Amino acid sequence: MSDVSQPAAHPPVTDWVNDFDHTDPQWTDDPFPIWEELRAASPVVHTERFLGCYMPTTYEAVREIANDTEHFSSRRIIVRDVRPEIARNAAPPITSDPPVHKPAKQLLLPPFTPDAMKKLEPRMRAICNELIDGFIADGKVDAAARYSKYIPVQAIAHMLGIPESDSDLFINWIHMILELGIKDESKLLQAVQEMSDYFRAHIEERRSKPTDDLISYLMNAKDKEGQPLEESHVLGSLRLLLIAGIDTTWSAIGSSLWHLARTPADRERLIAEPSLIPTAVEELLRAYSPVTMAREVVKETTISGCPVKTGNMVLLSFPAANRDPKMFPDADKVVIDRRENRHAAFGLGIHRCVGSNLARMEMQVALEEWLKRIPDFVLDPAGTVTWSQGTVRGPRQLPILFGRAM
Amino acid sequence: MAERLKVHVDPDKCQGHARCKALAPELFELDEYGNAHAAGDGTVPPGLEDKAWLAKSNCPEIAIDVIEE
Ligand code: SF4
Repeated sequence: MSDVSQPAAHPPVTDWVNDFDHTDPQWTDDPFPIWEELRAASPVVHTERFLGCYMPTTYEAVREIANDTEHFSSRRIIVRDVRPEIARNAAPPITSDPPVHKPAKQLLLPPFTPDAMKKLEPRMRAICNELIDGFIADGKVDAAARYSKYIPVQAIAHMLGIPESDSDLFINWIHMILELGIKDESKLLQAVQEMSDYFRAHIEERRSKPTDDLISYLMNAKDKEGQPLEESHVLGSLRLLLIAGIDTTWSAIGSSLWHLARTPADRERLIAEPSLIPTAVEELLRAYSPVTMAREVVKETTISGCPVKTGNMVLLSFPAANRDPKMFPDADKVVIDRRENRHAAFGLGIHRCVGSNLARMEMQVALEEWLKRIPDFVLDPAGTVTWSQGTVRGPRQLPILFGRAM
Repeated sequence: MAERLKVHVDPDKCQGHARCKALAPELFELDEYGNAHAAGDGTVPPGLEDKAWLAKSNCPEIAIDVIEE
């Protein structure tokens, strides 16, 4: 059931500043020098691709847009070749604008507080160790495919109350929505349809047998008027939790392991000083932020002095903001004990990632458990690291050697 | 160094990133939505000044003020 097909190609980019394309293989493999070039040119650059799209390149410009819900709408949150019809309740609250955003968000916040995440931590440690048990005897592993991917999938499946054994199904839908769907609308619509049918069946089951999970939580939730949520809202939020919960943290854990595999000094320091792991996780989040969101310009305005016109999309690149040297000294370096780190990996403003506490806990636990059992590891020179395309950036293939195989 | 410090969270800016709580658990509390407010009246007990500054410089929404009295 796993669809490993790649999205269709665009013509290659020759002029990054005026014709950028975040799906170009050069960007996918190593976006950092490209962002530097764009930032040097302007705080906001534009491309005719994707039916017209801006990209803020500085932390300040990203922050301005994230906090401006009057000129920038979240009704479309992914930059694609097409602009599909706006579906009501596509994935609330991430696709909602004020004033409907706040109540939709407040519904989802209580299950994701730091205290709620603490209760989940023992289960996460067990999941990580079960995964490691599965390959530790081999001396080598694709750490993306066999470790980092399954940690968030199993965590969110556990919270939603859906079978962890359906993981490959979820991963395929997400690939269709976030990667293939950029260039092929039919893939996007197909995946959304399949997800909705899947969740509808689970909702039906719970009508006769209520459970103690997020599906039941949303089924029982009431809106401001004390009425149950519309079914489209429940389904939209469930799709959001599944989509947002998986790819993102999978990518963040994968990038962290990729960094540590190539940087023995950082690895040794974290093994000697495990209490530094939470600080290091923040820095790895800054340096390899996985998520780029989008907005749609709905009213003309200027950002950092640059005029932006309605109808264009905005590639709201938190990863590029986090590499802005004006905001972070030595922005291009990974400094695992960086103390001042106001990074924007989880977004800024009202759309701050609902799952940020979950993601942080998963990353810390995933690194702690890995380093305890596999302290020494390197990239496998015989293999290739590949990176995802589009909205979420992270390694999709991460061949690693450890122990005797090194 | 001798002044007393007070922390304050601007509730309109706070978006619940919880960095303050992670870095200075003694100085901040979170509500049921995960949004922060200062513990007690915000007074920073002696010895925790560094944590107050650390929380301020890590809040992504620039929602924390450290006031020197
Ligand atoms: S770090 Fe800032 S935004 Fe986050 S909870 Fe604390 S005050 Fe609020």
